[in-house]
Amino acid sequence: MTWSEMVPLLWEATKESAYMVLVATLLTAVGGLLVGVALVLTDRGGLLAARPVNALLGLVVNVGRSLPFIILLVAIIPFTRAIVGTTIGTSAAIVPLTVGAIPFYARIVETAIREVSRDVVAAARAMGASRREIVVKVLLREARPGLIAGLTITVVALVGYSAMAGVVGGGGLGDLAIRYGYQRFETGIMIATVVLLVVFVQLAQMLGDLLAKRLSHK
Amino acid sequence: MWRVHRHVYRESRSTEPVIRIDGVRRTYRSRGGDVEAVAGVDLTVRAGEIYGVLGRSGAGKSTLLRCVNLLERPDAGTVTVDGVDLSTLREADLRAARQRIGMIHQHFALLSSRTAAGNVAFPLEVMGVPRRQRAARVAELLDLVGLGDRADAYPAQLSGGQKQRVGIARALAGEPKVLLSDEATSALDPETTGSILTLLRDLNQRLGLTILLITHEMEVVKRICDSVAIMTDGRITEAGPVHELLAKPDSALARGIFRLGPPPALDDTTVVDVTVVGDDTLISDLARTHDVDVRILDGAVETLAGGRAGRLRLALPGTAAANAAALDHLRAAAVAVEVHP
Repeated sequence: MTWSEMVPLLWEATKESAYMVLVATLLTAVGGLLVGVALVLTDRGGLLAARPVNALLGLVVNVGRSLPFIILLVAIIPFTRAIVGTTIGTSAAIVPLTVGAIPFYARIVETAIREVSRDVVAAARAMGASRREIVVKVLLREARPGLIAGLTITVVALVGYSAMAGVVGGGGLGDLAIRYGYQRFETGIMIATVVLLVVFVQLAQMLGDLLAKRLSHK
Repeated sequence: MWRVHRHVYRESRSTEPVIRIDGVRRTYRSRGGDVEAVAGVDLTVRAGEIYGVLGRSGAGKSTLLRCVNLLERPDAGTVTVDGVDLSTLREADLRAARQRIGMIHQHFALLSSRTAAGNVAFPLEVMGVPRRQRAARVAELLDLVGLGDRADAYPAQLSGGQKQRVGIARALAGEPKVLLSDEATSALDPETTGSILTLLRDLNQRLGLTILLITHEMEVVKRICDSVAIMTDGRITEAGPVHELLAKPDSALARGIFRLGPPPALDDTTVVDVTVVGDDTLISDLARTHDVDVRILDGAVETLAGGRAGRLRLALPGTAAANAAALDHLRAAAVAVEVHP
C-alpha cells in the first residue's frame, strides 16, 4: 500500500477517533461528575446522606465497571438504538463508550472530592453556605485539579475503548489497525495507527497535566 | 459599618448574655458503645467578653463549640445566640443566622483554590453582597487583620499566622457579634500564637466582638480570657471570670496557672499559700505589722488579661495557732489564703 493510499484512510480514521473520543469525553465528564457527586453526597455523613440510594448507586457503578467493554458494547445495543436510532456507525459507538466511561470517571470524581478536607466543608457550613454552594464552590472547585487529572486518565481509557468500536462499525484508528494492519498484513498501516494513537494519548496527557497544574495552588 | 457595631457593643456591654448554653448533651454512637462527648453543659457568655473553654483533647470542647452554630445538633438542651434559639430555625433562617456568627479553625480551613482575597470574599458571596461592594469590603477586612498586601497570595504561599489572619478576616465578613474559635492557635508556634491572640484581643476591644474560644493551652487563657470554663469528660468542672476563679484556693485553674510544688512539712513552721492580685505590699506590711520573719518558699507571678496576679508560698516561724494574728492579716489582705497543715 502506498502513502497516497494510506493517507486518506488514516485521516478518515483519525477524524472518527477524535470525534468519538471527544464527544464521549464531554458526555462522560457531565455524567461522571453528576454520579460522582451523588456518591459523595448520599454517603453516610454526607450533605444528603441516604444510605439505600448510595448503596444502589454504588452497585450500578460497580456493575458498569466490571463488564468488559466489548461485552458492554454488544449488551446495550437496544439502548443504543433507542437513543441514536441506529446501532452501527461512529455516533452509535459513542453511546457504549459513554456508558462504559461514566462509572469509571464517577469513581475518580468521588475519590477526588473526598480529598477535600472536612474542615473546609464545615467552615463553609458555618458561613451559612447552602448545599448547592458547597458542592459548586467548595467541593468541585477544590477538587478541580484531581477532576482534570482524572478526566485525562478517562480520555486515555476512552482511546483504548474506541479501538473496539469497529465491532459496531464505529471506525477509527483501532478499527483501521485491525482491518488493515492485522487482517490484511499491512504493516505500514499498523505502524502508522500505533504512532497516531501514541501521539493522541500523549497530547491528551500533556494537556491534562498542564491544566491540572495550572489549577492547583497547593 | 464598624462604627455602628461599636455603638451596639457599648449598649450591650453590661452583663447581658450573648450566648446561652443550657443543658446541652451530645452523644456519638460508635462501635465500642456510645460516647457522651458533651454530658450536660450550661454556660453563659456575656456581651463583649472573651470566654475560654479549657480542656484536654477529647474533653468534648470541640463538639460543644460546634453545637453553638449547630454544625453539630445537640441531643438535648438549647443554645441561644443573641436571643435566638437556633434549633427552632428553618434551614434558610439558620443559614442566615450562621452568617452572623464568625468561626475560625485550628487548621484554618481556607479554600486552597482561592487567593486570600477570594477566601474573604466567599462569605460575602454567600450573603449575596454585590460584586462591586465585595471588593471594597474584602480590602477593608484584609487591612483590619494586617494582610492588605497579601490579597493575591494563595494559602499555600502564606505562613500559618497569615493563614489564620485570612481566617479571621473571613470570619468577620458578616459583621458578627460573636466569634467562635476552635483551637485557633494550636497549630501555630508560640510567637505567632502571641500575635494572633493580640489580634483577637484587639478586635474584641475595637469591635466589641464577643469571643467564645476553646483551647487546650493554658497560655491562651492567661493571655486573653476574661472568663473561663474548665471542661473534663464532657462536663464543666469550674467556670467563671478568671479573677474570681483565681481567688479560690481549690480552683483547678489557679493551680494550673500558679504551678507550685507539694507543700513541704516543716517543724514548728506555718506554711501558707497566699494569692494576690495587682500591685501588693502584702509581705512587707505583714512583716512590719506582726514583726515576723517571712520566708518565701515558692511562688508564681503571672501577667493575665486582667492584670498581674501571683500565688506565693510563705513560711512563718511557729505553729498556725501562734501565727493566728498574722494569718488573719493575710486573710484580710489577700484574695485567697490556704494554710497547709
